[in-house]
Amino acid sequence: MKIAVVGAGPAGVRAVETLVAAGHRPVWIDEAPDGGGRIYQRPPPPLGRNAKTLYGFEAQRATALHDTLDAMKPHADWRPDTLVWHVRPGAKRLQTLHRGAQGAVEYDAVLLCTGAMDRVVPVPGWTLPGVTTMGAAQISLKTQGCGIGSRVAFLGSGPLLWLVAYQYAKAGADVVAVLDTTSFATKARAAPGLLRGGATFAKGLYYIGWLRAHGVRIAEGVTPLAIAGDATSGVTGLSWRDAAGRQAQVDCDAIGIGWGLRPEAQLADLAGIPFRFDDTQHNWVPERDIAGRTAVAGHYLAGDGAGIGGAEVAELAGTRAALALLQDAGAAVDIALAARLDRKLAAAWRFRVALERASPYPVHLAAGLPDDAILCRCEGLRVGELRAAAAEDYPAGRAPEMNRAKSFTRTGMGRCQGRVCGAAAAEILAAALGRPVTDIGRLRGQPPVKPIPIAAPAAEAVP
Amino acid sequence: MKLRRLRDADRPRIQLRLEGAALEAQAGDTLLTALLAGGAGYLRSSEFGDGPRAGFCLMGACQDCWVVVEGLGRVRACATLAEAGMKVKRG
Repeated sequence: MKIAVVGAGPAGVRAVETLVAAGHRPVWIDEAPDGGGRIYQRPPPPLGRNAKTLYGFEAQRATALHDTLDAMKPHADWRPDTLVWHVRPGAKRLQTLHRGAQGAVEYDAVLLCTGAMDRVVPVPGWTLPGVTTMGAAQISLKTQGCGIGSRVAFLGSGPLLWLVAYQYAKAGADVVAVLDTTSFATKARAAPGLLRGGATFAKGLYYIGWLRAHGVRIAEGVTPLAIAGDATSGVTGLSWRDAAGRQAQVDCDAIGIGWGLRPEAQLADLAGIPFRFDDTQHNWVPERDIAGRTAVAGHYLAGDGAGIGGAEVAELAGTRAALALLQDAGAAVDIALAARLDRKLAAAWRFRVALERASPYPVHLAAGLPDDAILCRCEGLRVGELRAAAAEDYPAGRAPEMNRAKSFTRTGMGRCQGRVCGAAAAEILAAALGRPVTDIGRLRGQPPVKPIPIAAPAAEAVP
Repeated sequence: MKLRRLRDADRPRIQLRLEGAALEAQAGDTLLTALLAGGAGYLRSSEFGDGPRAGFCLMGACQDCWVVVEGLGRVRACATLAEAGMKVKRG
């Protein structure tokens, strides 16, 4: 049986471990030069790899995952540095690109563990050099030992806001402000549910407490106004309105922004797996059952690419989806283990609901962006251009849903394919049409899921 | 944008060229780190006239850190390791 696993983050590693234990040798693909995913990405040598420094509270978990990752590589057909840019579910074939050469991988069953990226809301000025995602700020520190600037502000909401600010301050960066767009009241309402999360909740409180104790400027319930700067200097400051409506600002040379994560689910989309709008996460997610099975036979999902659950959940889901795959192939699997994983996953998702309630996607910020703010970084499209497509008098006729708006305005047609602007664009269009965001559809995935050279040569041998 | 080296900041030095000018980086730097810690300020100019860019996601998804390396062509600066002698142009 030909099995392919796409992704070598927490979900992919545990999936491959389970498949190898059952006697399989899967093709194992990751776009990065090494596994670990974004969360447990290792710095390239000669940077240090002290797990405690790099991963903090998660050091043990990271080390355990790396040990399994490295132990599994010889037991799989390990293909790092390889982009899967298309899935053809009918032919059961992955189209790949490795160092400029095209390839293909045939499979009987595929497990997609494609991870997530930051979910952002544009802020006027956000294309200035010095503004990155929260995840980018963390990756820069973790894998390159670099802060994104010398005086850094963080703006957004969710666990990563506090974690990254804490990591920066601990590393000796000058963290000039941590600005949470969620109000204290919203978080307080979610607190009872969060207590179920035990250690996760406690860690969050620890980071916030540490930052307060070290005198870091913190504000909650803020409304970002603009990022100041110019083409020569990049970012020079950030202004916002505080919870009481007063205007405030801080001088800084770099800003990390992020409002949670969104699944990197383009391959699931191309595989024909149906999507649903997850109200709690406020994301479109590919449909799967708790074990990772989908409506398309032979196609399984695990990890954040199948809905944001975080690294711990991804490990459980990776094991569980591999068991489902084996079960469906007629193998005898440890039923008790599968049942135990199902229970753990169900509990983890309940906690996730509380976490999402504590840091909801700020619909009002996206919908309220000024017309002249840049929406699409790829093509410099402005918010007003998308809004215009929703107007009754739009020359081509009103765009009633995202993909029509895409063809009219090019929103989401740029080289990132709407990964960056898509979430905000949907809110802007929905608000302009006066309809719920669930009614206006989602940007469909298109091959290639990432830009590839037009003249990429075929690899010499396709196994 | 100037990255600030906070950890492991004393690695072996490597020399690159950016638009013909010498630029010092450290072994293990990505091109993005090499350029933005080395004083390049930005990586590319938007083709749509809205100014300079210096990357955004650092995980190979946003495509906002494209630069051109002699012999390699267009690459994502965040996903490409800097190597001694590389000749880089802004994207």
